[in-house]
Amino acid sequence: MTALTELTLAAARDGLRNKAFSAREITQAHIAAVAAARPLNAYITETPERALAMARESDARLARGERLALDGLPLAIKDLFCTDGVQTSAGSRILAGFTPPYESTVTANLWRAGAVMLGKANLDEFAMGSANITSAHGAVENPWRRRGDNRPLVPGGSSGGSAAAVAARAALAAIGTDTGGSIRQPASFCGIVGLKPTYGRCSRWGIVAFASSLDQAGPMTRNVKDAAIMLTAMAGHDPKDSTSAPVPVPDFEAALTSDVRGLRIGIPREYRVDAMPGEIEALWQQGIDWLKSAGAMPVEISLPMTKYALPAYYIIAPAEASSNLARYDGVRYGLRVPGESLDEMYENTRAQGFGAEVRRRVLIGTYVLSAGYYDAYYLKAQKVRALIARDFDEAFRRCDAILTPTAPSAAFAIGEKMDDPVAMYLNDVFTVPVNLAGLPGLSVPAGLSRDGLPLGLQVIGRAFDEETVLRIGGVIESTAGFALKPAFIAGGAA
Amino acid sequence: MSRIAGRTGEWEVIIGLEVHAQVISRAKLFSGAATEFGGEPNSQVSTIDAAFPGMLPVINRHCVEQAVKTGLGLAAEINLVSVFDRKNYFYPDLPAGYQISQYTRPIVGKGKMVLDLADGATREVGITRLHLEQDAGKSLHDRHPSQTYVDLNRAGVALMEIVSEPDLRSAEEAGAYLRKLRSILRYLGTCDGNMEEGSLRCDCNVSIRKLGAPLGTRCEIKNVNSIRYVMQAIDYEARRQVELIEDGGNVEQETRLFDAGRGTTRSMRSKEHAHDYRYFPDPDLLPLVLDQAWVDTLRQGLPELPDAKQARFVRDYKLTPEDAGVLVAERASADYFEAVAMGRDAKLACNWIMGDLFGALNRLGRDIEHAPVTAAALGELLDLLRDGTVSGRLAKDVFAAMVETGKSAKAIVEERGLRQVTDSAAIEGAVNSVLARESDKVAEYRSGKEKLFGFFVGQVMKATHGKANPAQVNALLHKKLAP
Repeated sequence: MTALTELTLAAARDGLRNKAFSAREITQAHIAAVAAARPLNAYITETPERALAMARESDARLARGERLALDGLPLAIKDLFCTDGVQTSAGSRILAGFTPPYESTVTANLWRAGAVMLGKANLDEFAMGSANITSAHGAVENPWRRRGDNRPLVPGGSSGGSAAAVAARAALAAIGTDTGGSIRQPASFCGIVGLKPTYGRCSRWGIVAFASSLDQAGPMTRNVKDAAIMLTAMAGHDPKDSTSAPVPVPDFEAALTSDVRGLRIGIPREYRVDAMPGEIEALWQQGIDWLKSAGAMPVEISLPMTKYALPAYYIIAPAEASSNLARYDGVRYGLRVPGESLDEMYENTRAQGFGAEVRRRVLIGTYVLSAGYYDAYYLKAQKVRALIARDFDEAFRRCDAILTPTAPSAAFAIGEKMDDPVAMYLNDVFTVPVNLAGLPGLSVPAGLSRDGLPLGLQVIGRAFDEETVLRIGGVIESTAGFALKPAFIAGGAA
Repeated sequence: MSRIAGRTGEWEVIIGLEVHAQVISRAKLFSGAATEFGGEPNSQVSTIDAAFPGMLPVINRHCVEQAVKTGLGLAAEINLVSVFDRKNYFYPDLPAGYQISQYTRPIVGKGKMVLDLADGATREVGITRLHLEQDAGKSLHDRHPSQTYVDLNRAGVALMEIVSEPDLRSAEEAGAYLRKLRSILRYLGTCDGNMEEGSLRCDCNVSIRKLGAPLGTRCEIKNVNSIRYVMQAIDYEARRQVELIEDGGNVEQETRLFDAGRGTTRSMRSKEHAHDYRYFPDPDLLPLVLDQAWVDTLRQGLPELPDAKQARFVRDYKLTPEDAGVLVAERASADYFEAVAMGRDAKLACNWIMGDLFGALNRLGRDIEHAPVTAAALGELLDLLRDGTVSGRLAKDVFAAMVETGKSAKAIVEERGLRQVTDSAAIEGAVNSVLARESDKVAEYRSGKEKLFGFFVGQVMKATHGKANPAQVNALLHKKLAP
């Protein structure tokens, strides 16, 4: 029998329903895997007791013949989701000791569907980063290695812990958040599937905010079907989030028909950026060819504002972050570093509580909102954002979905690109426009780099058309036949 | 309009007011926490109000309705699309580090209000805008020698900031504006106007100029919490500015505080130290979009407001505009008046309310909602007066007894035997005995000292313990004293 940690979410669901194993068994296997994966530093907080208690409830339900959508399935939760009674750190020192008395809507939806919480996954501090190196709880290691090179690699970020855990079989699936690529880029780096749903598809209530107009929760899984299953459980209108969309949630799993015949696939010419490695260019072409042979029709499209997306993003996201993070002031919860005066207490607390990247973005955000700069930066960036959204609107008159690479490179080593924030920001060049336009984007592992590292392709869809995105992703997945595993498998291979 | 006579000539005072009016609502603007005044510190705080991580605001529909009603009551434009912005600054009683307010696109635009001035004149004052925003919490600096305590009960409570045009020209006008605004808010039921509890607070922008000159530099006096203080603060501030300029100085744009103890204002922070609030649209909230049909429904449901009511009282009850103005200032007194006046002599009802009733309320320190004599009870007394059961003079005593005992007019008249004597034989007897006793005075009267007439009336009333019908007494005396 395959190790229980090797199963896909869908296969584990079937196994539980067929009573091939119990929720307790699969949970225990995962608790062991979580412990074995500690060298990756993928989890900040492990919750084995809670996992077992939840598994017990699942087994009781399954014994009664009830079965919820995710009954007994062990998951990793990015430590940006507030979890009732379980420390929630956002990867920051400033939330030291903070335990929320409430449960985020998305995780509550998962628990209501019977899922089991393994623990809180590591992440870049306040989800700010593309390498998971800014966490106060230390960097996360990618379970993959370059061929013939044992240097540790970054898992991508900010949902690096979630991605590493899923790739290393230390969770059946995970949830992450994506503000500029934080689900899709680590999914690409770790050879898993990552879906950023349409803005408004999943509630943001109870997710520690980074940039409110961009943040969106989504699944990180080992295949497209699992992502569909997860999204069906996570999504839904939430009256507690004013930006949550009052739209029905389809059964996303049912959308995976493998039929993409006649679909027009937009290929944006502006995504052929300078310095993009040839292997990524080649993989992209490969993806186009696969979809073509499956009966889809590639069409060249133009997204002329693409080159302004990254600059606009690095104004809007820090602007919102500078305001969202103002609440971490040492007054009510988390870290307080005393001072002689109120201002000194603020300064001490925030200087010691926030890491360098968070401080940088708070400063940038404060600057671009300041009197005299607001029009030149923030307002202009918002205009660019509107133009980017219009680009996509125009493009979607000519195509049904868009295919691009997920990231301009494979995973890099811990230590690389660390001294140049702008080089780091370039990781998000293909993912950021999707957040600015609020669209769904899916990263699917499609091949390997020359060094033997996974590379993802990104499918972008119309707002609230995750079904088409998943259907196309499913076809790429089955055609690519990506079945490779990382070097590090928690608890060893089956 | 009052001007300040300085050494260099007359100065005009230019005043604009920003009023923060707490919305009457059981829940806060963006959370379900309660808003009651006087709760135990931090007993009415949700995780949203305390800005816990991941908490999101959701607009309270009732507060929006209250703001729209207020806008309609101020004859203002209702903006069908408005936007909530974040006003960013750090302070311990501002948990999120920003206040959710409306900056460039408020829910209510330009409106107007008519002031009733002391000399009976009226004046129109422009309303610039009304917007919705959150209140902050309260910092308590006096509970600990070195630390500040924070009470977040008020944090997140809905406020309407109502901004006037700089159309006011004196402290008196500012006072009249606030009284009128408070009256309208109370009529609408959108703010209780209670300044002691902080439900109505005022920032005063004051500048001075020579007549016809361009506007001078203004100072803003923050958070003044009574109408009297507003008037004091403006008077002081205007004189301060006149002296400053006439002594060769300049007015600096700054924020000042009113010191109620000394009746003065002092500098709080200068323009250079003004906050940069870094306003931007709150990404947690969508633009607030109103339906015109809904606004129209609210418009139709508005109560009659003070100006309209005053005009109707003048027209239908023939009251003077001044009397009508006094009665309509509070909805409760207007209602009281109408209940008493219905089917009776309205002028008489007005006089009784504004004289005896208001006097009693003042003495007892009560408001009209808690009047010791109900409108129905006062009406009964007026009925007794009209049908001659009591005389005008005794009615005053009956009313005093009603205030004191809470009993009805009829009961008091019966109990104390105050029924008016209209039996002409009894009155004639009393008249005869007075005239017989005072024969000297009768002679004087007849020889031309006619002002003695009142003396005779008084003696007859005294003899009848005030119960004789005065008209009958007068008629009889005239007849019998005739030469």
